[in-house]
Amino acid sequence: MSEKILMKGNEAIGEAAILAGCRHYFAYPITPQNEIPAYMAKRLPEVGGTFLQAESELAAVSMVMGASAGGARVMTSSSSPGISLKQEGISYMSGAQLPAVIVNMMRGGPGLGNIAGAQGDYFQATRGGGNGDYHVLVIAPGNVQELADYTVKAFELADKYRIVCMILGDGYLGQMSEPLVLPKAVDKLPPKDWALTGAKGREPHIIASLRLNPDNYLEKHVYDLYENYKKIEENEVIYDTQNMEDADYMIVAYGTASRICKKAIRLLRAEGIKVGLFRPVTLWPFPKKEIAEAAKKVKKILTVEMSMGQMVQDVQINAGKYCDVDFLGRPGGMLPEVEKIVQRVKSYV
Amino acid sequence: MSEEKIYSFPKSMKNVNTHYCAGCGHGIVHKLIAQIMDELGIQEKTLVIAPVGCSVLAYNYLNADGLEAAHGRAPAVSTGLKRVHKDKVVICYQGDGDLLAIGTAETVHAANRGEHITVIFINNAIYGMTGGQMAPTTMEGQVTKTTPYGRNPQEVGWPIRACELLNTLEAPYYIERCAVYDVKHINQTKKAIKKAIQNQIDGKGYSFVEILSMCPTNWGVDPVKAAEWVKNVMEPYYPVKCFRDGGEKK
Amino acid sequence: MTKELIFAGFGGQGVILAGKILCIAAMKEDKCVSHIPSYGAEMRGGTANCSVVVADEEIASPVVEHPDICIVLNKPSLDKFEPRMKEGGILIYNTSLIENKPKRTDIKVYGIDCNRIAAENGSERAGNMVALGALVKIVPWLCSVDSFAYALDQAISARNKKFNEVNLKVIKAGYDLPLNAQ
Repeated sequence: MSEKILMKGNEAIGEAAILAGCRHYFAYPITPQNEIPAYMAKRLPEVGGTFLQAESELAAVSMVMGASAGGARVMTSSSSPGISLKQEGISYMSGAQLPAVIVNMMRGGPGLGNIAGAQGDYFQATRGGGNGDYHVLVIAPGNVQELADYTVKAFELADKYRIVCMILGDGYLGQMSEPLVLPKAVDKLPPKDWALTGAKGREPHIIASLRLNPDNYLEKHVYDLYENYKKIEENEVIYDTQNMEDADYMIVAYGTASRICKKAIRLLRAEGIKVGLFRPVTLWPFPKKEIAEAAKKVKKILTVEMSMGQMVQDVQINAGKYCDVDFLGRPGGMLPEVEKIVQRVKSYV
Repeated sequence: MSEEKIYSFPKSMKNVNTHYCAGCGHGIVHKLIAQIMDELGIQEKTLVIAPVGCSVLAYNYLNADGLEAAHGRAPAVSTGLKRVHKDKVVICYQGDGDLLAIGTAETVHAANRGEHITVIFINNAIYGMTGGQMAPTTMEGQVTKTTPYGRNPQEVGWPIRACELLNTLEAPYYIERCAVYDVKHINQTKKAIKKAIQNQIDGKGYSFVEILSMCPTNWGVDPVKAAEWVKNVMEPYYPVKCFRDGGEKK
Repeated sequence: MTKELIFAGFGGQGVILAGKILCIAAMKEDKCVSHIPSYGAEMRGGTANCSVVVADEEIASPVVEHPDICIVLNKPSLDKFEPRMKEGGILIYNTSLIENKPKRTDIKVYGIDCNRIAAENGSERAGNMVALGALVKIVPWLCSVDSFAYALDQAISARNKKFNEVNLKVIKAGYDLPLNAQ
């Protein structure tokens, strides 16, 4: 068994990316994710990789696009305002079916907002974020071990489906240190027969998102993208539950918010109130069927977010017909308080 | 009777119909690049980055692996690709809006890092694909869709000279401005592009070739007049010359 | 059992490091741990704190709203965190820099002359280590004082490892203090 080490969330992402075979990383500094570029700047040269601090987020994500087209496992990271800038490249890569891993350690918004952890980018992440019809595969880890494990998974899924995969964390998760067993190093990377390697003994490969002629060329392409998305929805949903076996009430939360809810659930259970947690891990694809099944067995749902209520819409759409969906959240980088969650659930009894 | 073959269609060029307008300079430059790819034997290891603009479809003509960049980001995309494939030849092909307006930061910083890429910059003093708007290189007084009264530098600034700007940086290895308005200049342009690509093959660093070119359609003149306009109006402001060779300022 | 702690002081007093060292020492003894530093926009001179949770079961939330234990090394930190403490909690405060006594009577309070003891034992900057030693004497459940040698070795970068010996000495000095709740 590997040794447990205490590691900061942001650094765990960096090391996990290297273990996943990522040797190219391009980024622009922004709090609260600066430990990732610092870690990569130190570690990548040690493993023969390339770290480059780009002149902007726009440039960083374009460098990612170039490296991805070349067939490399590549990553960039940022936080909310920086991710907004990266949407250009994310849309282009989605159109060109280029795999990449993009980390968003969310902070308070809108605008420059503040530097505390927040969950206000759920809509941006799960609804596309950039222009056009597309999806990004979004994974929301809940602790440092998951940050590492799901970073490796993100690279696998990105390559498997030729999709942009986003690790959606927040400032608290990134800054948090917890014991971690590092994931195993990936020793064999999947072949990429579509990559740009020079047209030697084959027809040239063209990687582009522009599809002008004929009229329905783009339409057909988007249908193809959505066939791919359908497969992802069928096969790659990840979620977690706790105390749901006998639950009368269900709390739905992801990431740091789910950790606060776990504490509230312990307190409520100690008072004999049967409440459980449903934690979506993939935010897109959202665990639609699974949350609907869970909703059938409870009296009421409370969605808790570090935002004014974004994921709650997905909960409402998928579970709302089986029971009432309530919401409790705080924006601006503030954390929902355990006591408030406890009070709210008690008010249902 | 002995026959000598003095011309053939370049192998590195796809035999397709062009979408470029009559008198446009893009086709000339594409063909020069294809000839050079043949002459240097690099068709199998050339990666072409196409910008946003008229030459977005460059990969439809050049018989090589091609990648499209977002508007202005071609130098950054080239950077990412070249850092993965150090042994390949990355050609970053850009227009004036792409290179000097929306992509100024990417242009300056790729040059400043001395990225081992070859940037081909087509300067025709106007936005072509979007229908003739002002470019950063539009001449003083030049009428475009968005400068209907002529470009007024007091309002919108002066035309930017890319070679001179980049020549202030330490890292670039080779910077030259050429033109394609007549055969003599086309031949000079070919030499410059060939040198810029050879520099990359030899691992010398960043090479930049600006090419003064024609856009008769959006200038609203015929191809002959367009060529004359490059010579008489553009060239005096944008001198055709080598600014830097072998890392040495000229 | 779960203990929620806050380490707080001026930036530069090493409160975030102290929290990290406690985490590593407790982790070595198979406890579950978590550590979240505050991260203000200012790089120097502001107040710094970290939230630490040590538990013998899975940690639900790493966020500490009402600490069981507070280690405060300067006055602004005392003012900020004393009112938030749980009833029956333990407050360790640095009498070298804090003249006022804590006000609450429903918590156990330990005043320690951290800076002086640190200086006497070879490092005037190691007041945080004095507090750390005293902490595990007062709450032995957290971890054994012997685990700090391993924790220092893990937490300190190669360039600063030369200070480990003196830091360990300071931790033991804190541990060996006669400690009585006020």
